[in-house]
Amino acid sequence: MNKKPVSKKKLLGTPYFIWSVLFIIIPLCMVFYYGLTDKSGAFTLDNVLAIALPEHAKALWIALGLSLIATAICLLLAYPLAMILCSKKTGQQSFIVLIFILPMWMNFLLRTLAWQTLLEKTGVINNILGFFHLPPLSIINTPYAIVLGMVYNFLPFMVLPIYNALSKIDGNVINAAKDLGANSLQVFWKVTLPLSIPGIISGITMVFIPALTTFVISKLLGGSKILLIGNVIEEEFTQASNWHLGSGLSIVLMLFIIVNMVLTAVFDKDGEGSFL
Amino acid sequence: MIKTTAQKIYIVLIFIFLYAPIATLMVLSFNASKTRAKWGGFTLKWYGALFRNDDIMQALFNTLLIALIASVVSTLIGTVACIAIMNLKKRSRAVIMGITNIPMLNAEIVTGISLMLLFISMGLKFGLGTILLSHITFCIPYVILSVMPRMKQMNPYTYEAALDLGAGPVYGFFKVVFPEILPGVLSGFLMAFTMSIDDFIITHFTKGAGVDTLSTKIYTEVKKGIKPEMYALSTIIFMTVLILLLLVNRRPAEKKK
Amino acid sequence: MNKVLIDLKNISKSFDGQMVLDDLNLYIRENEFLTLLGPSGCGKTTTLRILGGFETPDTGTVIFDGRDITQLPPNKRQLNTVFQRYALFTHMTIAENIAFGLKIKNKSKAYIDDKIKYALKLVNLEGYEKRMPDSLSGGQQQRIAIARAIVNEPKVLLLDEPLGALDLKLRQDMQYELIRLKNELGITFIYVTHDQEEALTMSDTIVVMNQGYIQQIGSPEKIYNEPENAFVADFIGDSNIISSTMIEDKLVEILGTRFPCVDTGFGTNKPVDAVIRPEDVILSSPANGRMKGVVTHLIFKGVHYEMEVTANGFEWLVHSTGMFPVGTEVGLDVDPYNIQIMHKPASEDEEAVGVNE
Repeated sequence: MNKKPVSKKKLLGTPYFIWSVLFIIIPLCMVFYYGLTDKSGAFTLDNVLAIALPEHAKALWIALGLSLIATAICLLLAYPLAMILCSKKTGQQSFIVLIFILPMWMNFLLRTLAWQTLLEKTGVINNILGFFHLPPLSIINTPYAIVLGMVYNFLPFMVLPIYNALSKIDGNVINAAKDLGANSLQVFWKVTLPLSIPGIISGITMVFIPALTTFVISKLLGGSKILLIGNVIEEEFTQASNWHLGSGLSIVLMLFIIVNMVLTAVFDKDGEGSFL
Repeated sequence: MIKTTAQKIYIVLIFIFLYAPIATLMVLSFNASKTRAKWGGFTLKWYGALFRNDDIMQALFNTLLIALIASVVSTLIGTVACIAIMNLKKRSRAVIMGITNIPMLNAEIVTGISLMLLFISMGLKFGLGTILLSHITFCIPYVILSVMPRMKQMNPYTYEAALDLGAGPVYGFFKVVFPEILPGVLSGFLMAFTMSIDDFIITHFTKGAGVDTLSTKIYTEVKKGIKPEMYALSTIIFMTVLILLLLVNRRPAEKKK
Repeated sequence: MNKVLIDLKNISKSFDGQMVLDDLNLYIRENEFLTLLGPSGCGKTTTLRILGGFETPDTGTVIFDGRDITQLPPNKRQLNTVFQRYALFTHMTIAENIAFGLKIKNKSKAYIDDKIKYALKLVNLEGYEKRMPDSLSGGQQQRIAIARAIVNEPKVLLLDEPLGALDLKLRQDMQYELIRLKNELGITFIYVTHDQEEALTMSDTIVVMNQGYIQQIGSPEKIYNEPENAFVADFIGDSNIISSTMIEDKLVEILGTRFPCVDTGFGTNKPVDAVIRPEDVILSSPANGRMKGVVTHLIFKGVHYEMEVTANGFEWLVHSTGMFPVGTEVGLDVDPYNIQIMHKPASEDEEAVGVNE
């Protein structure tokens, strides 16, 4: 490549480079700064260690528990779905992506609120259950409702990466496995599943992190009785105005995020299981 | 036979799961009763009331304005950045892509509060400006991640072929490179627009008092009860997008035949 | 002899601290079909890209028609390139692809239409104007890439492994096609390939390169029959390269047996490499040979048999129309003019020594 155009092309990255330092790197440093200092500006670990206080630890445990359950359910629902979608050759990829992106055009809060209407004692679902003479469900304002909200909101983030990973598997690889004597189950366990691991890891990340850190779903479907770690942090910033404590607890959250990022980097080197 | 039927039922169930709340909201927009618990008969009055509700109209205007500016700016910065990233050495490329992934992988609440802390320390006035800066920040990665694969797919010699045939760098880019990456740029733009419209969490932390987008407006209404006009507006937006997408998707399908 | 059109002087180029070209000197005559031949990483593509203007050399100058064009960008150069994998503009029709360069030069529509017709006729693809590149086969895309370059009437056409993506039969057809095109157009072709057969078939001049150095420059016959070092001998066709001793002028000792040869000036009792092409090894009955051996492998290759013969501890590769079954004792001989004597490289590094014509 000609020397001069190369340096010019690299210069084109300057706006983004400045932008990412200013609005990605520096803000994260500020979270660390606030999280590791007290109101007088002196260094302290108290804000981070505050996670061990009973009310914070409880919020973290509940959030971890619910988000792990939601992630597992998403994975169980999404994997067969992605496999079916892949086997339907008619389905164009863009169309499938569309089906899962389209709901985003109905506001996220309204969509989640709609579950209230559906789940209420006299709501739609209980009416249907009643019609079949089944016992009514009363899961609104319980942890079950929160898990449902998580699964509902984040399921697309599990389906799309797995679908992408599966659709990239060369059909001849599957045929080769069959040719070598593997039955359908063996093909799945020994070939399909291992090849789709980048998608699974990426999907888990994309579901687990937002579920772990949400404060909206618990507020809308948990009846504000169940506090997740996200709710605690949100309140420190909007109501209690203790930014130092809020930042300290955020640092704890970021530890989970970093572990997740590392896992993704290890398992998905080429970005094969990417969301888009 | 049984297998394909089971597959079809499974897909339909998931589809119902995804779209039941949306259908519910649409039904509620025609509900004459003001509480969402009761069906009070069919009405179109909320659609009329919607256009007379200045608060909602202002929030809608803010939402669309922010989404439009954020997606245009992020598409520009992101696409231009992709050209630069392609020309970087492997290691600097990995670093930049790592930074690009941060807003995608980080929790929205952390991104939100980190930006809030930044704006406070910069002494910025919270309002449309701060929302816009935040939205551009989380939109750029979507643009980069949809343009990059297109750039990588391109035959690297195509651009050189244009230069070889006498095109200048700028002419060569717009005549040869841009048409090839255009689908990526467009889907990046749409992704950015969608994400900006649907965002609540980051806006929640970076908005100022008195400035609302649809999301934050709905959030404040949660306790008082959502105004039925909001259901009407959501239904209109959703149907508009649905129809637009159906039209857009039909055209290339016909072209192929 | 035609006049010199391009002169590369003391060209050096390194990427990330790795030397790709080291003080390369080469001139190219008008109307010459010159091939840069070598294994991947030898610097041949970099040389071509420096000519095309896609790379700037770290040192040295590129003289084109008496003008220094070292710093001239590609779009200002009077030469055009046929790229690896064709690099057609997939969103444009064939006609638009071919018209690309002409439109930039603001040629009239009538002129452009004329040129498109002419170029398509030249590459035997008349009537393909409205087609899209994706709907064409590899060979057809290749022809379009050539058509797109030559309508601009370049003085030199640079071809970067243009046949690499085609299958064998098509590749052979295209070789004849390229020779015909060059004769019809009467311009200089500079061709890059790692395929020695392509180079031997088409070129007026072959430049053999390795590790950033020119190993030998010469006509195909000269390169094949008189390789100047072991690398060239090994790279161009199969050969037996044997450590030997030059006893005196016109006498060499190979594996303990003395052979008369035609080379002189290597001194007396000097270690050298002897190169013998497999088709130059004469097999006969043990009594008639200068050296005795046993056939260890035999493969039928169509025009000839390929055999491996172990003689004096060396595995000789032999091509012969006569067949000797495995296990047969044979006699080996070589005619004096078929033994090519080369200096032995003192070290691995010296193997890649620069050679100026």
